[in-house]
Amino acid sequence: MLGADDVRRAISRIAHEIVERDRDLSALAIIGIRSRGDVLAARLRDAIHANEGAGVPLGSLDITLYRDDLTRIGYAPIVHESALDFSIDGKVVVLVDDVLFTGRTIRAAMDAVVDYGRPRAIRLAVLVDRGHRELPIRADFVGKNVPTKPTDDVKVHLAEVDGRDEVEVVAREAVAT
Amino acid sequence: MRWTRRHVLDTDDWSRDEIEAVLETTGAMVEVLSRPVRRAPPLRGRTVVLFFAESSTRTRVSFELAAKTLSADVVNITASGSSVEKGETLYDTVRTLQALGGDIVVMRHGSSGAPYFVAERTDSAVINAGDGWHAHPTQGLLDAYTLRGALGDLEGKRIVIVGDVLHSRVARSDINTLAPLGATVTLSGPPTLIPAAWRCGQLPPRTTYEPDVDRALAGADAVIALRLQKERQEGGLLPSLREYTRVWGITEARVGLMKPGAPVMHPGPMNEGVEIDAAVAHGAQSLVERQVTNGVAVRMALLYLLVGTPSLEAA
Repeated sequence: MLGADDVRRAISRIAHEIVERDRDLSALAIIGIRSRGDVLAARLRDAIHANEGAGVPLGSLDITLYRDDLTRIGYAPIVHESALDFSIDGKVVVLVDDVLFTGRTIRAAMDAVVDYGRPRAIRLAVLVDRGHRELPIRADFVGKNVPTKPTDDVKVHLAEVDGRDEVEVVAREAVAT
Repeated sequence: MRWTRRHVLDTDDWSRDEIEAVLETTGAMVEVLSRPVRRAPPLRGRTVVLFFAESSTRTRVSFELAAKTLSADVVNITASGSSVEKGETLYDTVRTLQALGGDIVVMRHGSSGAPYFVAERTDSAVINAGDGWHAHPTQGLLDAYTLRGALGDLEGKRIVIVGDVLHSRVARSDINTLAPLGATVTLSGPPTLIPAAWRCGQLPPRTTYEPDVDRALAGADAVIALRLQKERQEGGLLPSLREYTRVWGITEARVGLMKPGAPVMHPGPMNEGVEIDAAVAHGAQSLVERQVTNGVAVRMALLYLLVGTPSLEAA
């Protein structure tokens, strides 16, 4: 669906779009949602630094404690440590995730972010928007809109964790219930 | 790995992966406690019953803070002032707790094994907050987390536990937790306060007994001093507290026998001047306060991990 070059161009374009939208880089902060959103967030931070010569604070967020299905999935997923060691008060926070699907992860992430302070604005950047929202949430910056079936699996591979950059859509037979 | 335990009764049958899962989750909880808003929602709408049939301040407060930080409702039941004092049996108390709708029961009891009795008779998840001489799993886990924070990987590290090992559920839980993480444990203390089998060489894995505390401490990576209960002297197990202090007390000179900077820990409450010198308890190498802070995070981790147990599902 997306190869390494597509991923690279998408990140580069989003980095430019973020700066076009909020020109005051000193008020910008980038927060990636674990896991893989944090990898993309680091790349965006590096791209902005390369383009503009300005450093932007980078954080990572584990949203497990904020999930709305903890008591439904039948086990407790292991929570990993979030790393957000700067104040977000008055900042424009760009949340970064790999795939935007139902919107529930982003809802959880916004709840988590406001526990750290009161940002001036929260924006959302995603590599892939695959549709099928269940909440009134949309992305401000999108790498690629990918039409999918609700039952499909969108797999994002990133070099830092998976050895290569690639996005693929895997069709999955709907499980009869 | 996937967490599947319904109760936390003792860590003696835990795999290393399970211990690691708790320690990893604890790290995340330490971060939650450092946020401007110290609150996260995973136990929203859940009730945690703190049933303390034996007196305790710090463990109870630690659990209460942990449960509230995870947005649970907390109900306290203590032995004094409750129906337990009026002669209610443990079984009837359990039925009452269940009828009150407690999702997780945290219990401390003077009788070893009491949490097992409760766990078998209720749908609630049960966390053992100390039962008799048997186990205090959250203390063992918080000690392991604290030692790891100070020493890094515990593989090959030697931890000395000094004092009344015989009556100590802390010592047993520390051994259960530290050994699977690769540490070795040296026990030291008066022979009358060491279990007879252990004194005679039938020790748990990765554990040794060295009656001479100076030899035990020489070159060690850390020491945990146990609380000496003053009743032990009256029970004839000790000639006098002064003699205990002279022979086994953790003094600055003895701390100096360990590796440079080796941490000193104590589960509290401390008898300063008996099992530990005040100068050591409040010295640069003391991690006693960090143990208390980490204790809240470990208890948050366990309360969170039990959220997925069947009894809490789809309520």
